[in-house]
Amino acid sequence: MNDKLYRTILFIAALTIPIVCGGVVYALITDAYDAFEHFGFFRFLTSSEWSYTEGAEQYGALPFITGTLLTTLLALLFCIPFSLPVAFFVGEYFKGSRVASILSTVTDLLAGIPSIIYGLWGFYTLRPVIITLNISPQGSGILTASLVLAIMIVPYAASLSAEFIKMVPNDLKESAYSLGATRAEVVRKIIFPVAGSGIFSSYILAIGRALGETMTVTMLIGNTNNIPTSITSTGNSMASIIANQFGEADGLRLSSLIAIGLILFLITAVINMIGKMMIKRARIS
Amino acid sequence: MESIIPILEFKKTCVSYTKQTMAVKYVSAAIERNTITAIMGPSGCGKSTLLRAVNLMHNLYSNIRVDGEILLNGENILLMEPIDVRRRVGMVFQRPAPFPTMSIYDNVLAGFALNGIHLSKSKKDEIVESNLKNVVLWDEVKDVLNKKGTFLSGGQQQRLCIARALAMKPDILLMDEPTSALDPIATKRIEELLLELQKKVTILVVTHNMGQAKRISSRSMFMYLGELVEYGDTETMFSNPEHERTKAYLIGKIG
Amino acid sequence: MANQKIKHRLAKDKLMLWTICIFATLTAVPLFAILGEVLLRGYSQLSWSFFTEPTPTAYKAMKAIEAGEPIPGGIANGIVGTMIILSMAVVVAVPVGILCGTFLAENRKKRFAKIVSYLTDLVQGIPSVIIGIITYIWIVVPMKGYSAIAGSVALCIMMLPLIIRSTEETLKILPASLKEAGLALGGNKARVMMKVQLPAAFGGIFTGVLLAISRVIGETAPLMFTALGCSFIRWSINKPISAVPLLIWEFFNDPHLQELIWGASLFLLIFVLTLNLTAKYLAKKWNQ
Repeated sequence: MNDKLYRTILFIAALTIPIVCGGVVYALITDAYDAFEHFGFFRFLTSSEWSYTEGAEQYGALPFITGTLLTTLLALLFCIPFSLPVAFFVGEYFKGSRVASILSTVTDLLAGIPSIIYGLWGFYTLRPVIITLNISPQGSGILTASLVLAIMIVPYAASLSAEFIKMVPNDLKESAYSLGATRAEVVRKIIFPVAGSGIFSSYILAIGRALGETMTVTMLIGNTNNIPTSITSTGNSMASIIANQFGEADGLRLSSLIAIGLILFLITAVINMIGKMMIKRARIS
Repeated sequence: MESIIPILEFKKTCVSYTKQTMAVKYVSAAIERNTITAIMGPSGCGKSTLLRAVNLMHNLYSNIRVDGEILLNGENILLMEPIDVRRRVGMVFQRPAPFPTMSIYDNVLAGFALNGIHLSKSKKDEIVESNLKNVVLWDEVKDVLNKKGTFLSGGQQQRLCIARALAMKPDILLMDEPTSALDPIATKRIEELLLELQKKVTILVVTHNMGQAKRISSRSMFMYLGELVEYGDTETMFSNPEHERTKAYLIGKIG
Repeated sequence: MANQKIKHRLAKDKLMLWTICIFATLTAVPLFAILGEVLLRGYSQLSWSFFTEPTPTAYKAMKAIEAGEPIPGGIANGIVGTMIILSMAVVVAVPVGILCGTFLAENRKKRFAKIVSYLTDLVQGIPSVIIGIITYIWIVVPMKGYSAIAGSVALCIMMLPLIIRSTEETLKILPASLKEAGLALGGNKARVMMKVQLPAAFGGIFTGVLLAISRVIGETAPLMFTALGCSFIRWSINKPISAVPLLIWEFFNDPHLQELIWGASLFLLIFVLTLNLTAKYLAKKWNQ
């Protein structure tokens, strides 16, 4: 094989990625166009109606955007008290030890569990608990979905944060100890600020994961098409409304679902882009 | 009374890494108040290991053991709380390490912030100014106190780190090859600074540079393979070493 | 007084250590809770026929439940479907991914490579349900029907970025001397890549492929609108087909079939976690 042919083959292979990206954007936009044209872009975003009575179809994305943002933010909130300790456990306190490697294997395995199995566990184990505790009568809802979602994103946030915590130079830590600081003080006042931007960016990427999570949320959020009024009420996220209705939809409803897909795609793309940029910057400094 | 007790005394001090040979073997020596004492020796001789023992740095690593006694003003520090000892023993490391998230001002005060000590603004200003003056850095940085310490040159950063250690008013200042990462001009300035500082604080400095030991120290230790071979007045040691090994090192046969 | 303060600070230090240990340990609880539940509820369903027979109809299941017998049938249609969808996806994604990763590793500084690298991150971040929509629009609509092909296109798109990244990363950390030595012996770039660099990178790439498979094998959302599902064992690639995660989703929604959920989940979970651990183990071994 000569060099020219070799380079051409590599180039063609590399073209697949831009083609896929272009195809995704093109397909989403053309198929969502009907919905945007019919309802108007901003009306579609801000309307909370979702009714498919023939002749009086009304579709708006607001309940699902709210549902997605709410589940994601709650999941983030629940995830921090666990992922941060894991990160410091693996990256500082027990760095390089056997227990640390066991804990990272455990979190790696958590990341490997398929989302449909998380959904089952949430439905058959967590939901009865929520009902027994009288938190909500039906058991499913925003809160239940967020709790399971939180477990799912812990591994992503923790392993990346740990990487940044490990990178804090030993010189700095020893300097701080030499001034008489306890380990807790070194962690809070030196390691955390120095690794801060890296830790922050790992949470941005975890958000990117949570936004698009489909099966778990679909199985646990309760699937109602209203704007959730409290964290215990039921709802739907952008991903779950698509999973629920895409199979049976056609015409305007199909186009509206694809429009929701387009919005979800854009939000995750922007969040992931910001996260990756911040990580790059944190790695350099 | 106080003058009889040496400020720092090693009594059969040993440092060992688990399952490996001892890095420091039965070192006994008393350090004199308000002097600069240099610890010399070829690399791997245990000089840094001995120095770090005084600041209980070895307590941070579970695989290192320190035995014997190290007396600070007559008290055995191995039996004391590390955070208490470290406040009374300052340390400056090989590579300048100002805290990158803190300003120059906050770096000088880092010891207080880390120890959770609250100070009034005027007290803070006073500590920052006097300590930066002590290390002859004040005139260079007084207008940029709110800038990050990492913007300074290597020599300036190291002087900032000395100021940070001095701000805690330590009884003794440990320095682990403080100029090995610096250029000759910055080195010269630090050496001049140390000669000035010994009036206020006792200094124990590890150096791999014999010239430096000769220029700044009044007392010298020579270590070899973990043992303290010779300890005495710097002048005497350089002109008339007692041991063959010291002689060999000084004329460049080992090291 | 001063002593009091030191004690206070040391107590805080201990508190921090314990908080970190306790919360870090708590994180492991869900893993064992999930494994335990799936294992306890699923192991009794595993039998020979579970792997060789297709899913029963709702009617048959209902009859069995009424008679107090265990539900007949198994998940053979799902296993066959998963194998077909997955092998087609792997056959395309592995070579394309490796070539694309090689391109990125060889042209690091070029503008086009930077764009491709950036877009690879973008594709990796696309939520799986959107991959499902896209494949529906691209494949299902023009082919006028759900099919195994559509399912494997969806999984292929999800695997590509993972394989590209692992190829690129592995090639990047190979010592430059390897390539130079090859070139010095008179090989051209293509030959050196084929005969020296790629074989040296085999370990890393293979691990990447295993991880990519374990990542997509449990995916449900992208298959719902592409492979759709099928209640009997089918070997054709242009008709709707089942897959193990799709079956779990069906069992979840069908009150008569719920007994089968746990056996299917156990099978899937064991498969995924074994792949995952094997990949990690091999990565460790090859790194040494």
